[in-house]
Amino acid sequence: MTHDQKKQLIRIIMCLAAFFAVFIADKTLSGGLVGVIGGKYGWLLPFALYLAVYAAIGYDVLWRALRGILHGQMLDENFLMCIATLGAFALAIYTGASGLAPEGFDEGCAVLLFYQVGEFFQDYATGRSRKSISALMDIRPDSANVLRDGKTLSVDPSEVKVGEIVVVNPGEKVPLDGRVTLGSSSLDTRALTGESLPREITVGDSVVSGSVNVNSHIEVCVEKEFHDSTVSKILDLVENAAEQKSKAENFITKFARWYTPVVVGAALLLAVIPGAVTGNWQEWVYRALSFLVVSCPCALVISVPLSFFAGIGAASKLGVLVKGSNYLEKFDKADIFVFDKTGTLTKGNFAVVKVSPESDRERILALAAAAEKDSSHPIARSVVAAFGGTPEEGYVLTNEAGMGVVAVKDGKQVLCGNEKLMRAHGVEFLPETGAGTVVYVAENGKFVGSVLVADEIKEETREVISHLNSLGCKTVMLTGDNEHIASSVAEEIGVSSFKASLLPQNKVEEVERALAEKRKRDVLCFVGDGINDAPVLMRSDVGIAMGGVGSDAAIEASDIVLMRDDLRGIPLAKRIARKTMCVVYENILFSIIVKAAILVLTAIGLANMWLAVFGDVGVAVIAILNAMRVNGKYAEKPSRQALKARTAA
Amino acid sequence: MKKTFELVGLDCANCAAKMERAVAGIDGVHHVSVSFITQRMVLDADDERFDDILKQAVKKCRRVEPDCKVRI
Repeated sequence: MTHDQKKQLIRIIMCLAAFFAVFIADKTLSGGLVGVIGGKYGWLLPFALYLAVYAAIGYDVLWRALRGILHGQMLDENFLMCIATLGAFALAIYTGASGLAPEGFDEGCAVLLFYQVGEFFQDYATGRSRKSISALMDIRPDSANVLRDGKTLSVDPSEVKVGEIVVVNPGEKVPLDGRVTLGSSSLDTRALTGESLPREITVGDSVVSGSVNVNSHIEVCVEKEFHDSTVSKILDLVENAAEQKSKAENFITKFARWYTPVVVGAALLLAVIPGAVTGNWQEWVYRALSFLVVSCPCALVISVPLSFFAGIGAASKLGVLVKGSNYLEKFDKADIFVFDKTGTLTKGNFAVVKVSPESDRERILALAAAAEKDSSHPIARSVVAAFGGTPEEGYVLTNEAGMGVVAVKDGKQVLCGNEKLMRAHGVEFLPETGAGTVVYVAENGKFVGSVLVADEIKEETREVISHLNSLGCKTVMLTGDNEHIASSVAEEIGVSSFKASLLPQNKVEEVERALAEKRKRDVLCFVGDGINDAPVLMRSDVGIAMGGVGSDAAIEASDIVLMRDDLRGIPLAKRIARKTMCVVYENILFSIIVKAAILVLTAIGLANMWLAVFGDVGVAVIAILNAMRVNGKYAEKPSRQALKARTAA
Repeated sequence: MKKTFELVGLDCANCAAKMERAVAGIDGVHHVSVSFITQRMVLDADDERFDDILKQAVKKCRRVEPDCKVRI
């Protein structure tokens, strides 16, 4: 609570106490406060007491209302609230002066009092939620310890130039993007990527600004200036996210623009027409005044953008950056997912996926590794990596171009290569039909086995695809691989369709075509790793780039960035989008229905000003609290569909 | 030119919307967005008249919500 809020709270509590003291005295004394003086001027005592409380709680509202009039802001909420409450007082004076028991002093006073209570809660709740959301984005480094002339100086990160060395002590944030030049430590990148496991770094590794150094002192050579570094890019992006307004927000702003004048107009009509017809001015003026109390659309105007912002905040905490509430809104409706294969569905690196016969795995890999150990080809590297140990030395290696390697040692000959090599040496072999590149291994003219090398499918791919399928989404894979490999990969990961043998430029055409074919309400997402698919990311309805840390092009071109190279960010974002939109619709419907109901009840005389003040501030507070639900926990509880999909898979 | 300004003491969401409308009406403003949550105004306006437009914008904001100050 800020100092001002504390002061306001004390004022409210004291005024509440004073109000109830007067109120109870009025109700318990026989004849009420009117009876104390009695006679014609009996109403003066309750009037004076309530007016004192009214002034104490409402002087600022009155002052703002006055200032509003001077500035030509007639439909300002302060002004309307003053008219309503002062009107209630006036009615009470009127009844009191005409010799009847005055009613309404308490009401006029209470409405303003509760209005202030509500405003206080509203202020407090928005302040809290704003803080809790922006706390998520608290990744801005305050200072950098830069080494200059052998001394460590603490300066603003924006003053550090490329090539300078900064010292990062344990517990501090890495201020700028760079490369470690001294020391090794582990980095907590949770604030950036949502990844909870710390990342081990040592000399030569690149580090990203905004991550927190956990164990020990390191020195980093700066590679990017502050305005170019990851942390400023992310902050810019999140701060500008509020600028991309969603349809729901635009609707609300438009609604709010007309709501107040319409309600005020209705209040005027309500006072004048039935008043003139029935002659019961007092009753109808009272109803009209109650209208004014509900005429502020604040609940809606605050809660809808707040919900979106909470959604964006919650997503960014989990390493999913959403560039605007319009994208969150669109992503909720997303039902066509087009994936780039390499680097997105697969790891984009080659690895041994199968050795046959499996029983001879060790021996086959050992022979293949010995033969391939000097090659820099990715396939050869993956074979050596799969073997794990140090390949046997001493072989004389001869490269047979386009076929493979022949390795000879102590009269032992090892053949390692494709089927052409086997045929050339007259070796009978068992063909391997799996998708990928096959390496056959033979020893002394006899076939030993084969190794299948393929692009590794990410471990989460199947789970994510089947989850999306279970939500009724269409999943499409785009790849440059040939039909055979593509179809076997597509089958394995379970995408609903695929397009093979595509050159990079064909991907744009393919997405264009999908965009042209889709129904109007469908939303097409393209998911890529951000490497040379910027045009497709821009062209699709929602472009999702993966592995955003360090890839500026991807951050620029996409609408949603998965900071971690993990597809599970997609269902996660989907869940957040769903929840956000639910809360947004709930808030819109709830506020409009409650306000409309109160207006109707007031018009027919079933509601009074007490209920009206709830319709104003109570609804706002409830809507704000509801909006904060969006900022909840998502990581721990997978949705029911996901669980179902997992058991099915 | 596009610039971001902090709004101090903006405590009414409807006022933010009103400010946005008022500033958008100034001649030479391409786009303006007032965010109640981030307490910021992003103003995109003609380069050569920017200072003048900004002055008008500050005035308009003060009219809508006198308690709120544009930090320049």
